[in-house]
Order: sequence, then structure tokens, then C-alpha cells
Amino acid sequence: MRLVLPNPGLDDRIPSFEDLKRMDKEEGGDRPKWDNKAQYILTCVGFCVGIGNVWRFPYLCQSHGGGAFLIPYLILLVLEGMPLLLLEFAIGQRLRKGSVGVWRAINPYLTGIGIASMLVSLLIGLYYNTLIAWIMWYLFNSFQSPLPWSQCPLNDNGTGFVPECQRSSTTDYYFYRVTLNSSTSIVESGGIHWPIVVCLLAAWTVICICYIRGISTSGKAVYVTAILPYIVLAIFLIRGLTLKGAFTGIKHLFTPDVNELANPTTWLNAGAQVFYAFSLAWGGLISFSSYNPIHNNCMKDAMILTGVTGFTSVYAATVTYTIVGFRATERYDNCISNNILTLLNAFDLPEDSITTSNYEAAFTCYNSSNPDTVLGLDIKPCDMQKLLSEGVEGTGLAFIVFTEAITKMPGSPVWSVLFFIMLFCLGVSSLFGNIEGVVVPLKDLKLLPQKWPQEALTGLTCFIAFIISLLFAQHSGLYWVTLFDNFAGSVPLLTIGLFEMIAVAYIYGMDRFNEDVEFMIGYKPSFFWQASLRFTSPLIVVVILAFYLVTLGQEELTYLVWDPESEKFPALASVPYPSWINAAIFLLAGVPSLVMPGYALCRLVYVSCKNRIQGNN
Amino acid sequence: MLRFSLSELLQLLKNFCFSFSGKMLEKILILLCLTSAAAGQLCKPDASDGYKVRLSIKTALGDQAYLWDEKEMFLFRSTMAYAMRGQLNQQFDVSNIIVCEETARVSFWFVVTSPLNTSNLVDKKSVEEAVRKHRNRINSAFLLTDETLEFEGIPRTLEAPFTPDTPPWLIVFGVVMGAVVAGIIVFIGFSVVQKKRKKNKKTPEDEDSEEEESRGKTMENGAANEGVYNMSFTDEERFTRI
Repeated sequence: MRLVLPNPGLDDRIPSFEDLKRMDKEEGGDRPKWDNKAQYILTCVGFCVGIGNVWRFPYLCQSHGGGAFLIPYLILLVLEGMPLLLLEFAIGQRLRKGSVGVWRAINPYLTGIGIASMLVSLLIGLYYNTLIAWIMWYLFNSFQSPLPWSQCPLNDNGTGFVPECQRSSTTDYYFYRVTLNSSTSIVESGGIHWPIVVCLLAAWTVICICYIRGISTSGKAVYVTAILPYIVLAIFLIRGLTLKGAFTGIKHLFTPDVNELANPTTWLNAGAQVFYAFSLAWGGLISFSSYNPIHNNCMKDAMILTGVTGFTSVYAATVTYTIVGFRATERYDNCISNNILTLLNAFDLPEDSITTSNYEAAFTCYNSSNPDTVLGLDIKPCDMQKLLSEGVEGTGLAFIVFTEAITKMPGSPVWSVLFFIMLFCLGVSSLFGNIEGVVVPLKDLKLLPQKWPQEALTGLTCFIAFIISLLFAQHSGLYWVTLFDNFAGSVPLLTIGLFEMIAVAYIYGMDRFNEDVEFMIGYKPSFFWQASLRFTSPLIVVVILAFYLVTLGQEELTYLVWDPESEKFPALASVPYPSWINAAIFLLAGVPSLVMPGYALCRLVYVSCKNRIQGNN
Repeated sequence: MLRFSLSELLQLLKNFCFSFSGKMLEKILILLCLTSAAAGQLCKPDASDGYKVRLSIKTALGDQAYLWDEKEMFLFRSTMAYAMRGQLNQQFDVSNIIVCEETARVSFWFVVTSPLNTSNLVDKKSVEEAVRKHRNRINSAFLLTDETLEFEGIPRTLEAPFTPDTPPWLIVFGVVMGAVVAGIIVFIGFSVVQKKRKKNKKTPEDEDSEEEESRGKTMENGAANEGVYNMSFTDEERFTRI
């Protein structure tokens, strides 16, 4: 018994199988096409493999039980990610339209899903490109030796370093003060920081030129942006494995803690990560597969993409943690040396008397014999575990931990350039899908004149996005980016994904979907796919969404600030958001999510009014 | 070390002074004792005009570390005398630098006496300035650096980080932006040129297709030969004109 909601007129809105056969034979039409299958696969791989694979997944992995985290991650990759991929690929390939067109074809009341996708893509694109702007800033500054973030500037007398730099570290200072010039709260905008404006301009123009003719230009660009990261990761892997402390890092990453599997947060975080990693519900994947030939095997594509994403996550995590392990070992060695020196100086002992091997014994001996003196020395204990887990997520990983590790490697500028080019390519290839998810719906919604060429559309979109993203060039820009990241890129995507699955399984009809797949690739999807699309995947998404909303509602909204005057400095201080942030959160998360039912409602009202007027006439 | 040399001197004097009267010897002995005692009192830990010096030779030089013995101490004292001469333009000598409280760490205190009056100490400020001015020379005498040859209480004069005249990032940015803007102009120019070419191609094609349509229409109408003949006549006219 298949539950399908009534959907009259569906056959009129979508191309029939005969139409598709005719279109396939003619090979004509205005619709852009992929030059070859490799371009399509590389574009999708580039879209799915993004900066998050480098700086989000490894952190989740090591904080949720190391190797054990791979179990929920891989399970949910297959149960949640793969079916959703098949859904978006198949629906795009079958209905041959972008995200708005596809949902409008399934049912005009569902156009809201496409509009929501477009809004979410726009909001995410804005802050994502800001991250790319920061990466470009670091990339531009990597062409000098010594690297600018390896030194602190001097204070006025020349006797010491600037206190903000002295108390934190050179890389912290360079990121928060020189690059961003962060203010101390999201309220203090502090004006525009022009280096960021310049980098934003560079970032948006690069995107503009890569996407200027749609996929015919971006399809060529992905040959570089999708393949280069893998090469650079390989280079870093080889370099990383030869560094001291690399295996400490890898061990820390992969040591399984099976108890974490019993913790529901682990599974929820794994599910959320899978969802965001696949860039689902952005609308870009639907657009990309609509350019495919009609008989392309989308099921195999979904499986290939799942495999590639899973492999890349583990690969990038390994590379990242060799470097993290190296940095932690360096810091630990420095900490021990400093403590040894303090002890030697305090008790006037000859230099070789305390070494790293007998430091512990010497420390306990002196602590027991002269406890007051030792207390007065204020010796901080050196904790390797703490060093391995600090600051290894998000921007902190790339701009603080990694940059510090790079300054300690011989030939730092080369490694710095390689690293930031890799991050740049990862980000830009994800942004292609993003721009696709914004420009194509704008065309479908007929918001821009149809006569305009693709170049003008891309140019206008990039220009307007650049103007809006000047919001992130303020001194409080970092906090806005975090706000967008937390709210625009979480709840709306889950909601849209949920609606997509419900729409296809219950409004479009699972039977029809199966027939479409059979027409396209020659056989129906097996029971696994059908059950996942109808039950398992929507259930998983509902659970994750519920968990998110509950946590959001429960805890007080706080964010981390860089405040040299706070007590916890140099650690980031946790500060509550101002009250007007609720309005901003509603705009970011609420509006895209509510556009879907909102549009349906508006259309209902409009149609019933029209009918009533016609009925009266 | 000062005490050893003093006692040796005393011994010499004693041997030498048999011919002198006892009073003279007494006075000399008293004077010498006083000076040595005074020297002992001048240099002590936490002296108001003294500095503590700490050397970390093994950290700096590793395998090539030299042993710290009285020759190195002599070198230190003479280097300090050199620095003080450079600062105050007075004839400082090795004996003006008094060292005490040596430890196995290789750390010690030193004070500087004025050459004009050996019981007066040179003030802390002058010593500090002398050290700071000649820090490089002092360091290189011992193959050490600011961190491994510490003068406790004298801050290092740090080198400003090297800033090139044109920030390098501006250069790279200029290159990237130039390439991108050139690319955009090329693309837009290319597409404009392509469109113009398409337009030029279309206009003669349009005329041809119109002719075909009208030909077809007249044939369908079935006003058979005459219509055809008429068309071909008009065609020939057009062709001849061209």
C-alpha cells in the first residue's frame, strides 16, 4: 500500500519519456551540457569535498572517540547520505531543470522548496566566500620569508613585544589583529577593515570569471580545483609523516573509544556532518545532474560520490593530524624545556643535571624538599592531550594551529603556499555549486530578464553578493561569519532536505520515481533505496532536526570573542548575544525554512481568490 | 680568586718586606686586608648596583660547548671593562669588575667599581647602558646570544621584524587581479564578437529561409507551373541583381 498524495496535472508539467527520448536523440537545445562524464564527477566531488573535510571532520573524529567515530559516520553516510544523493541526482536528471524548476514541475505549491534552496545557497555563499577571502589573504602573504605570522611586532620602546602578541601567540595575533582587527563584540562594528575588502573583491572576481559562462567555464576550472587538493594532501602526507610527533597525532585521532558510541551526541554529530558534507539541499546537485544525458547512471554516481567523500574525509583527517601532532609535540617539548630552565635557574644547578628523561623525578624531588620555592616559580604542567585537542576546529585549525606548525617546518613559505592553495581550491569548487544554486533559480523564477546573457547574470550576482558580504569586512566580521555558519548553514538545510524527501516519496510518488530510474538506468532501485527514501533517511533527518531545535531552545545563545581585556585571554571568552540577535537568527534560519509552507499558503490564497473571482464572473 | 692573589701578594710582600720597618708592614697589611674586605662587601647577591649574569653554554653550543673556567671569567671581566670604557670614557681595568657568588649553573653576580675611587661602585644605570650598547660584542665574545647570556634585569633591545618596502601581498594580489580582469575582458569581448558574427551569418540565411517558405507555400497552393515559374523568375532577378 503506497501512500501518495493526490497530485493532479503532474504529467503536463514534466517531460514525458517520449519527450526525453526525442531530446536525447536531438542533442540540441539551449540547455548546457557537460563536455564529458569526468567533468560532471569532478564538479560533484569538488562540490561535496570542501573545507569542512579538512577542518570539521577531523575535529569531530578526535573528540567523539577517534576511530570509533568512523562507525556512525560510515553507517550514516550510507543510510542517510547516499539515498539523498540518489534522490537529487535522479530528480534533476529526469526533470531536466534547476532546483526551482524541478519542484515547480512536481507541484507548483512546492516551488517554495526551490526558493528556500536559493536563499540558503545565497546566505551560505556569502560567508563561505568570506572564508575564501581570508584564505586568499594568507595565500598572498605566504610569498615572503620569514612568514609574517612568525614574528610579533615590537612595542614602543623596542624592549619587548606588543603585549597582545606576547600574551597569546604570533599566529593568534596575526589572525585576530592584523588580518581581521577584531572588535570585542558583534555589536561594535568598528568600521571596514580594508585588507579584507580587497580580498573579498579578489575572491568574488575569481568566482565570477570561473563561472562566467556557467558550467562551460566552471567545468574546465574543476580540472584544477578538484584534483589539486588531493595532490597537495599527498605531498603534506609524505612531509607530515616525516615530522617528529606525527604518529602521536594520528594515534590521538584514531584511538577508538568505544564508549562514545553509546553517546547520542556522537550519532547526531555524525549525521549532521554527513548531511552538510554532501552539500544536500543547496540545489546545486539537482542543477548539475540536469545537464547530464538522460541515460546517465545516477545510482552509480551516488555510490561513487559517497565513497569518494568518505575516503577524502579520512584521508584529510590523517594528513591534518600528522601536522597537529607535530605542533603539539613541539609545544610540549618547549614547555618541558622551559620548566627545566626555570628549575635550573631557581636552584642554580649545572645545565645538564635535569634532562627531559629525569625531569619528572627531579621536579618531584625539589617539590618535596623546597615546596615553597617551587610554588613560587609557578611552573605550569605540560599536558600533551590538552595540546592535541586545543584549537583544532574551524578557522582555528587552518589559521592558527596549521600556520604555527608551518612556521616550524624548514622551507615554510613553500608549505604555506601549498596549504592555502589547497584550501582555496577546496573552497572555490564548493562555491561553484553554490553559485549554480543561486543563479539558475533566479533565471527560473524570471526575476532577471531572460534576454540577458549568462555573463551578465553571473556578473550581477557576484557584484551584489560582494556588496552584501562587506558586512563581513567589518571589525566584527568574524562574529557575523560564525553566526551565519551556525544558523544559516544548519537548520534550514535539514528542513529543506526533509521536505525534499517527503515531496519525492509522497507527492511525486515512489512508484513514479522507480519507473523514472528504470527508464534512465535500466533497472529499478532495490529495496534498500526505496526503504531509505521512504523511511530511514527522513527519520534520521527528523531526529537530527529535533535535536538541533531542542538544544537551540534550551541553551542561552553565546559566542566566542577575542577580548584582550578578558580574564580568560588568550582563550576566547564566551559572551552572550545581544537581544536583537534573535531577529537576525530568524532572518537566517527562520525565513528559508518558513518560505516553503509560506509560499504554499500564499499560492493557495491566491488561487482560491482567483477562482472565486472567476466563479463570480 | 681575588683573595688568592691577595694572599700571594701578602706572602711576597712579607718576603720582600723584611727590610721595612714593622709599622710600614702593618700599615700595608691593614690596607690590603681592608681592600679585600671592602671588595667582599661591595659584591654580594642582590647588591643595589650589581647584576646577576647567567650563561647557558650547553644550550647554545651543544657539542661545541666550552668549559667555564677562570680563563673565561677573565674574558668576561675584561669584556665588561671594555664596555664600561666605551660608556664612561674612564680607564676601567679588569680589577674594576668584581665577581662573586659563582654557581655550577654558571651564574654569578658582578659589580663595577669606579677607577677613580675603588671603594665606590658605578651606578646601575650606567652599567645597564654600557651592557645594552655593547651587547652584541659581549655576546659574540662568548659565542652566545641574548637568551643564553642573560643579564638579569637588563631588557634586550629587540630587532624590529623585517618589513619590506612594498608589501609582497600587494604584488601577488596585483598579479592575480590583473589576470582575472584580463580574463573577464577576454571572455566578454569574445562573446560580443561571437554574437556579432552570428548576427551577420543570420541575415543572409534569414532571406534564404524566407524564400524557401514562400516557395513551399505557392507549391501547396497548387497554382502549379505559373506559380513556380513566377517564383523562379523572381529568383533569377534576385540572383542577377546580386
